[in-house]
Amino acid sequence: MRMIRSLVRALFCLVVVALAAPAALAAADDDGQARLEALDTRAYADKGEAIEALAASGDPRTRRWLEALMDGKLQRHKETGRFVVVLENRGRHWPVADALTGEALGEMSRRELDRIGINNALRGRLQSTLAVLDLRVEDAGARREAARDLLGRVDAAMVAPLEDVLEAEGDPEVRRLLAQGLAIHRLERGEAAAVEALAGSLNPEARAALSAAARSEDPDLAEAASGALADIEQKLRLNRGLETLYFGLSLGSVLVLAAIGLAITFGVMGVINMAHGELMMLGAYTTWAMQQLLPGQPGLALLLAIPAGFLVAALAGVAIERGVIQFLKGRPLETLLATFGVSLILQQLVRTVISPLNRTVVTPEWMSGSLMINEGLSLTLNRLYVLGFALLVFAGLMLVMRRTRLGLEVRAVTQNRAMARAMGIRATRVDILTFALGSGVAGLAGVALSQLTNVGPNLGQNYIIDSFMVVVFGGVGNLWGTLVAGLSLGVINQVLEPWAGAVLAKILVLVFIILFIQKRPRGLFPQKGRAAEG
Amino acid sequence: MIPSSASRSPRWLAASLLSLGVAAPALAQEDPIKVGILHSLSGTMAISETVLKETVEMLIAQQNAEGGLLGRQLEAVVVDPASDWPLFAEKARELLAQQEVDVIFGNWTSVSRKSVLPVVEELNGLLFYPVQYEGEESSENVFYTGAAPNQQAIPAVDYLMNEVGVERWVLAGTDYVYPRTTNKILEAYLKGHGVGEADIMINYTPFGHSDWQNIVSEIKAFGSEGKKTAVVSTINGDANVPFYRELGNQGLDAADIPVVAFSVGEQELTGIDTAPLVGHLAAWNYFMSVDTDANYDFIDAWIEYTGDDMAVTNDPMEAHYIGFHMWAEAVRKAGTTEVDAVKEAIIGVSVPNLTGGYAAMMPNHHITKPVLIGEIQDNGQFSIVWETPSTVAGDAWSDYLEGSKDLISDWRAPMSCGNYNVVTGSCGGGEAEVASAE
Repeated sequence: MRMIRSLVRALFCLVVVALAAPAALAAADDDGQARLEALDTRAYADKGEAIEALAASGDPRTRRWLEALMDGKLQRHKETGRFVVVLENRGRHWPVADALTGEALGEMSRRELDRIGINNALRGRLQSTLAVLDLRVEDAGARREAARDLLGRVDAAMVAPLEDVLEAEGDPEVRRLLAQGLAIHRLERGEAAAVEALAGSLNPEARAALSAAARSEDPDLAEAASGALADIEQKLRLNRGLETLYFGLSLGSVLVLAAIGLAITFGVMGVINMAHGELMMLGAYTTWAMQQLLPGQPGLALLLAIPAGFLVAALAGVAIERGVIQFLKGRPLETLLATFGVSLILQQLVRTVISPLNRTVVTPEWMSGSLMINEGLSLTLNRLYVLGFALLVFAGLMLVMRRTRLGLEVRAVTQNRAMARAMGIRATRVDILTFALGSGVAGLAGVALSQLTNVGPNLGQNYIIDSFMVVVFGGVGNLWGTLVAGLSLGVINQVLEPWAGAVLAKILVLVFIILFIQKRPRGLFPQKGRAAEG
Repeated sequence: MIPSSASRSPRWLAASLLSLGVAAPALAQEDPIKVGILHSLSGTMAISETVLKETVEMLIAQQNAEGGLLGRQLEAVVVDPASDWPLFAEKARELLAQQEVDVIFGNWTSVSRKSVLPVVEELNGLLFYPVQYEGEESSENVFYTGAAPNQQAIPAVDYLMNEVGVERWVLAGTDYVYPRTTNKILEAYLKGHGVGEADIMINYTPFGHSDWQNIVSEIKAFGSEGKKTAVVSTINGDANVPFYRELGNQGLDAADIPVVAFSVGEQELTGIDTAPLVGHLAAWNYFMSVDTDANYDFIDAWIEYTGDDMAVTNDPMEAHYIGFHMWAEAVRKAGTTEVDAVKEAIIGVSVPNLTGGYAAMMPNHHITKPVLIGEIQDNGQFSIVWETPSTVAGDAWSDYLEGSKDLISDWRAPMSCGNYNVVTGSCGGGEAEVASAE
């Protein structure tokens, strides 16, 4: 989002500036050098002034310089004192271009360059400087973004130009945001009349300004602000409830994804596979590998990783089944120990072959940021996608189990192995395929987790206990049980967390499950019939 | 003992054969100096500790290329304690009793150091510990080359309070001894500077916590009450990635609510897409982006040693760099690798660090360090925005905790005490209270 936004900004402003100041283009060279010199100072206060002078200069290169400065890419060659813009700052040798002429200068090393430093306060100031420029672009979306950026950042110098902009603005949303921004500024200066303009706003900046005003010395202002705040709190309560529910469903969807593969291998086949977490890890590493193969296209790589992750994990699952589990049929304790060994081997294998360090998996643009429902409530996109993905995987799995021949055979073999074989079903083949399916789904979970958490050798360990918990709670052998159990455990956890703390919430959930299992040993949805007894 | 002497005989044989055959100069027959490396190469901590093992190996190779120490070559003895705390003690015993190493470089987590401590003290070894830690400890046999709280946490809070104007504080940490002790110190320090109870929010999460939605949302609500808010994070290791991701996704900008972290360095950032994190802070005593020739030389050597063009350096690596050179200098000064002599010689030894200054070993076995505050950039590096005007000496016993503020540590004769109580005038006072405070 951010990159697109800044790109759009950059393009529009270049157009605007180029139209506005064609005459300045020719003569600016010496001035440019002098203005950049002014930026190259140790004191941040002087630097702030230099930025303002630069923004006011109307130099067409202003935006390029300010953006480079904001990213820490405006640098100076130590020997010649020449100002350069670093084009790409990864690795040790960076391609650079001359800041004044834009001419490419080849590669320079970090040793030769001196950075023009910038800190958070300056960055905030720069952002509002750029936002004011952006309010004049044509695209209404970009103007809204700019106006939103300005909330809580308006200072005295900006009031006059912003009022002019507000006068000319046609888009109602931009007008509303600008009016709010100006009202926040007036409130900060102590004008009680501004409270009215902010009443009912769910925006955090507006709320922050009102809270500050509620503590002010002036009794009228304090009273008006407290009244408006109480009103806002009322509205926020519903928001908070919805937010907690979303957090819970999102955590639940992760649990479901992690557990659903296990629900097949453990629930349906009865194999305790401690290496289940490592199959997820393989899925996550597949995502990383795909992104390495397709540099610059993280989104496409992620989509391709879905089938690839499934295949890799399924193949690994087949190898585990053929290599270990088939020899230990009906000996759950030995299976547990052997697969635990396999999980350690897989972890160490990844550490030795790839690296003990976490790998970076990039989140594609369309998955970062959040979806704004209203100003006080937004849903994070990556988790929204994972929630949808979990439901899709679940639906797909239900289809396979209910509507395909494989599903039929699996159900037949698990209900009565001897009878199924007598009917001509090759039980061994079904075992392999079922295990491959369960493992493949674990791989899918890994692909999804790569967007939420670390991709490293320990990824699987963190989820294996939770997965078993969900399957047992939901009722062994029941996919619906796994879905309901995962989602409800997620919600319970998130409801408990705000008042119990993360550590205690986890413990409470475990205690709850223990008590529940005491009462109903077969979980939420116990399997019925004779098969369940055997 | 039997297996070790048995394993030694072939080497004697080889050495005598060598001297017979080649008639090498006398010093070649001396045994190499053994340097033990006690870092996890497998298990959860391998992510952080593997590079430290390689750092020490590189330093040994460099020292050998310069002719070794006292005319003898150095030899690394590597063991793998596998992130298993009791195994650390066993491996330390193996290094000291069987391998008879002259010095050990090792440990990351405080709990592993506590597990090794009685062994190094019993067998009179030397341990160089390179990681920032919670303080409240000073052992005769351990040299702490990482930061004590007054060399990292306190200056970082000072920076936020004075330069950024923060008035509300979230202290978020992983639930174990380092964050709990650090936060206790910080809480006392903040209250001492007039911050009210209501303006401090403390939050602990389990190891490897991955679902930060609720906590980030709480921080957001806590921060929208009209006072500048900052998060002081002692969140450990792996849990940081999902935490920062959630911050980015919920739109918490560093310009609104900055997060200053004490456990996030260049190594941790290699696992994160840093674009949404630009501007969040970290406090360390070294950053890879430090602009000195010594640092560039170190980075070049490291990249050449690892063969990875994208390899990064970090603060604990610099701590090992300093510790190794201090030890080498002390051995040169003492003229022997004998533990008691080195222990005495090393106090007051001063060697160049990588940030353009000098690090000196203090009598309390902590060292002097500059404190740097860096902001995360989009390429996974830090840009330094502030640093202490001079180096800060590590304080073993915090001045802000009851029971610890009266303690000092001085291992020089005649005091030779790690926890001298200046009020009661006795050695060993206050230990019990501090232990219970943890």
